[in-house]
Amino acid sequence: MLKTFLKGGVHPPENKLSAKSKIKDLPLPQVVRIPILQHLGAPSKPVVEAGDQVKAGQLIAKSEGYVSSSIHSPVSGKIMKIDDFIDSTGYKRKAIIINTEGDEWIENIDRSKEHIKEFSLSSEEIINRILSAGIVGLGGATFPTHVKLSIPRGKKAEYLIINGVECEPYLTADHALMLEHGEELITGIKLLKKALKVNRALVGIENNKPDALKHISALALNSNGINVYALKVKYPQGGEKQLIKALLNREVPSGGLPIDVGVVAFNVGTTYAVYEAIQKNKPLFERIVTVTGKSVKNSSNFRVRIGTPVSALIEAAGGLPENTGKIIYGGPMMGKALSDLSVPVTKGCSGILILPENESSRKKTQPCIRCSKCVSVCPMGLEPYLLMSLSQINLFDRLESDKVLDCIECGSCSYICPSNRPLLDYIRLGKSAVSKIIRTTKQ
Amino acid sequence: MNSVVLYTVISLSGIGVTAAIVLFLVAQKFKVYEDPRIDQVEDELPAANCGGCGFPGCRNFAEALVKAEDFEDLYCPVGGNETMIKVAELLGKVAVEQEPKVAVLRCNGACEFRPKVNKYDGTETCVIAAALYGGDTACEYGCLGYGDCVVVCKFDALHMDAETGLPVVTDVNCTACGACVKECPKDLFELRKRYKKDRKIYVACMNEDKGGPAKKSCSVACIGCTLCLKVCPFDAITMNNNLAFIDSEKCRLCKKCAPVCPTNSILEIGFPPKKEQKEENKTEQTTTLAGDKSDEVNNKPGNISEK
Amino acid sequence: MNKLLTISQSPHIFSDHTIRKLMLGVILALVPAFITALIFYGIGVIIVTSISLISCVLFEFIIQKYILKSEVRITDGSAIVTGLLLAFNLPSNLPWWIIIIGSLVAIGIGKMTFGGLGNNPFNPALVGRVFLLISFPTAMTVFPKAQGWNTPYIIPVDKIDALTGATPLNLIKEGIKSGRSVVELLEINNLNYSDMFLGNIGGSLGEIAAFALLAGFIYLLIRKIITWHIPLSVIGSVFLFTGLLWIFSEEGHNIISATLNINLPLIKFKDANEELKVFHMADPIFHLLTGGIMLGAIYMATDYVTSPMTHRGMIIYGTGIGVITVLIRVFGSYPEGISFAILIMNGFVPLINRYVKPKRFG
Repeated sequence: MLKTFLKGGVHPPENKLSAKSKIKDLPLPQVVRIPILQHLGAPSKPVVEAGDQVKAGQLIAKSEGYVSSSIHSPVSGKIMKIDDFIDSTGYKRKAIIINTEGDEWIENIDRSKEHIKEFSLSSEEIINRILSAGIVGLGGATFPTHVKLSIPRGKKAEYLIINGVECEPYLTADHALMLEHGEELITGIKLLKKALKVNRALVGIENNKPDALKHISALALNSNGINVYALKVKYPQGGEKQLIKALLNREVPSGGLPIDVGVVAFNVGTTYAVYEAIQKNKPLFERIVTVTGKSVKNSSNFRVRIGTPVSALIEAAGGLPENTGKIIYGGPMMGKALSDLSVPVTKGCSGILILPENESSRKKTQPCIRCSKCVSVCPMGLEPYLLMSLSQINLFDRLESDKVLDCIECGSCSYICPSNRPLLDYIRLGKSAVSKIIRTTKQ
Repeated sequence: MNSVVLYTVISLSGIGVTAAIVLFLVAQKFKVYEDPRIDQVEDELPAANCGGCGFPGCRNFAEALVKAEDFEDLYCPVGGNETMIKVAELLGKVAVEQEPKVAVLRCNGACEFRPKVNKYDGTETCVIAAALYGGDTACEYGCLGYGDCVVVCKFDALHMDAETGLPVVTDVNCTACGACVKECPKDLFELRKRYKKDRKIYVACMNEDKGGPAKKSCSVACIGCTLCLKVCPFDAITMNNNLAFIDSEKCRLCKKCAPVCPTNSILEIGFPPKKEQKEENKTEQTTTLAGDKSDEVNNKPGNISEK
Repeated sequence: MNKLLTISQSPHIFSDHTIRKLMLGVILALVPAFITALIFYGIGVIIVTSISLISCVLFEFIIQKYILKSEVRITDGSAIVTGLLLAFNLPSNLPWWIIIIGSLVAIGIGKMTFGGLGNNPFNPALVGRVFLLISFPTAMTVFPKAQGWNTPYIIPVDKIDALTGATPLNLIKEGIKSGRSVVELLEINNLNYSDMFLGNIGGSLGEIAAFALLAGFIYLLIRKIITWHIPLSVIGSVFLFTGLLWIFSEEGHNIISATLNINLPLIKFKDANEELKVFHMADPIFHLLTGGIMLGAIYMATDYVTSPMTHRGMIIYGTGIGVITVLIRVFGSYPEGISFAILIMNGFVPLINRYVKPKRFG
């Protein structure tokens, strides 16, 4: 019996078109634009100025405050300017714009492909190195990793969970990473185990990646305390709350964090970045991104430098197809539709999905037929039809008591609705209104 | 049969009388003393229950008025000074005269001025569309055009103009209650001082981008060039974040600023059209509210200057 | 890039569920029952079903287009399903004008007055059916004897006794009133369980064939159009409640003491003439196979709009329907109670939705 989370979930068609594609290095773009806010928390502060020469891996923005992250240059070249530029939020934000010149990296980065297994750092040293390498959650949430590793007083971590699930359709970046860098991943897991001071690590991989399961399981056999589990294919298995429930049968309490049940979870991409940061002295400035879509000529997985414009990735995958309707930054269920192709790839971008025109429009909204499909697919046990109605009539106290803040915005409800009702849109509206009221009443 | 009818009538009447007595006694015992002046004041108020005074409903406002020492912060925008004076007489207090205001949309980015950069297919209400980018044009500060403000206006003072895609304020209906100000997710509405004949001069733009990007996204955007600031004889114009703002307390409607604006983002509404020869020289420079047909322009027939 | 990209909020992919597909699924599930009715009752089935269908759709069209002046939505299939279910609750010889009145009440009052699809608190087909039952009691409770294709649609008044009969429920209820035991009654009226399962009994179009309805149920479960919660809780509670009553009746007492050698107390009560009578009760299987329980549990109670939204709520709802049905059947004056039971529980559904919440995560 495959492990899974019991409540809710949907089964969108997987469409893992780029599953067999080996990771290719994307050619360096001429200009990179690095937004100073690519993570949850405070924007970083630039430490360079227009005209400065930088090398790849050099610190260009440092973290401001505790929940923040530093940013390192992905290329070598000259800082052209620090100016507002459109990013994936659709709004213009301050970005460091660099003209690429060559590909020189700072001296202490080990560029060899050799896998370095041994390490002798203490837990605090590991966390510090992660902080200075600017590592954030690469699963999409971009939460600064060093903050997650610093366990608050009074709580204890028992398990480390590694998220290799990749439940979004079309995306295969994590899959490719597990196949090609499995050994490095294991070392990364060991480093994280040391940092958290735990003995047990559980790796969750969905059952639609049998080769990755086999490979990582074989590697994990040689190490103590790392267990690999196959998970039933169901969206949103990759959500950390659902993953913790499936692997350990523990439910993160409403309004709480995984550390409340003794768990800390990281994406495989983050784990690999941790390995590179500590064993190779390489800060985070590139990541694996899937470029895919039914009409894309060569759906592939690329190793992309941060700040590369999305247009460069699409070119490398065979160019923009004629019948393109939507271009999505991320996966089809939770990603953001882009309006402008010069938007740069940031630390949180796991894929670029191109949807053809005939799949890009929503169908007409019809009245709710109270079929309760939305209630049965919600992985958090909420009632989306009710939350939508309450949002429309601004009943914020009932919204709060009906736990609208528990919503993980997975989109399963809007996906399944036979009346094409924009459930998630109104739930997001309700969430932001309720959060605002809570924030203002607390003051 | 008669006895049945008789008993029925007696018993029902008895129940009715008992119930009436009980209700009367209870009503007397649990009576809440309310200042009778509250009812009188409430009768004077316009009963719109719009919240424009800041209180939830006219009755609450009436209570506040009765309890208040003075009327410094209390004003009903719908009833206006007339109502406040009547209420003040009733209560033996002094009404603080406030200037009448009107809601003004600080955006003139009609479809003809703002090219679309994407096709928006999501839920068509302003609050939801505002959470996803700045709408379907390159100006992220401008009006989204889905009409949340029209829905929330209780006085029928707003309607969407299909040609321009912008809401239009019907000045005569607007009571400056502030509902549209609260509702607009882009904060485009402003309650400005109401001049006579509903004349207005204001910067119809909220774009804080630098000149280049602003002009690219909308041809009538404020580019922050400060020409208007320099020409204003009353120091009524300030510039913040590449955006000009005309303070209606200081502005005397001298109209020196509008003609110098290179993008025509300062609108003058309600003024008589300029004379013929000046029109020929300046047809490129005077703009009325794009597609605006609802203003009562004081002009001779056939002499309307429209772009 | 000369074309404009489309943007919208996530999610960007959708399942292919539509209202029409769900309604079509329900219609397909009713086909076995339709064919069985056709086999037993002949041409009347086609006449009743088509008049009901056409008038329901027509009334919805007229009301939406001319009275409400809003969008016409007859193609979403919900009026067709209402028409079909209404027909399945009627005898196969019901005069055409009564059917049209029933459709008008079902669609006009049961659905449109509340705001159209999704807003009605009561099941429209049942609203129509109950209205007809109360307004035209004889026409609605006289069923032709099943003679296959030769079953006449129009039965002349003088031939009513010969060509029509009552439903098994009716026969048992009347028979019990006159003091007979159920075993006797089954024999006298030539009723056996296989007939009841296959449909060879009197009743409305959809009531007769339990097996056809069950086939439809399995189809609906496979297509994930309904879940098991409502049908099984209705059937289960009917089974348990009738079973409980049956154990203490004379029939149950006899069978239990014969097979299990336990002598349970017999319920005795005084009737209108002050005589001590024994309590007669048909067994649970009889109750499940006759009358509208199968149709009601599987098709009427599971109507999306009027049933609860959570699984726990559905079980409470189904249990309530079962209990009320048995109460009306055994202690009430109507032989069949499921229509009333469903309508009564429909009234409780908003309350159930308000207070029975799904189990939250965490």
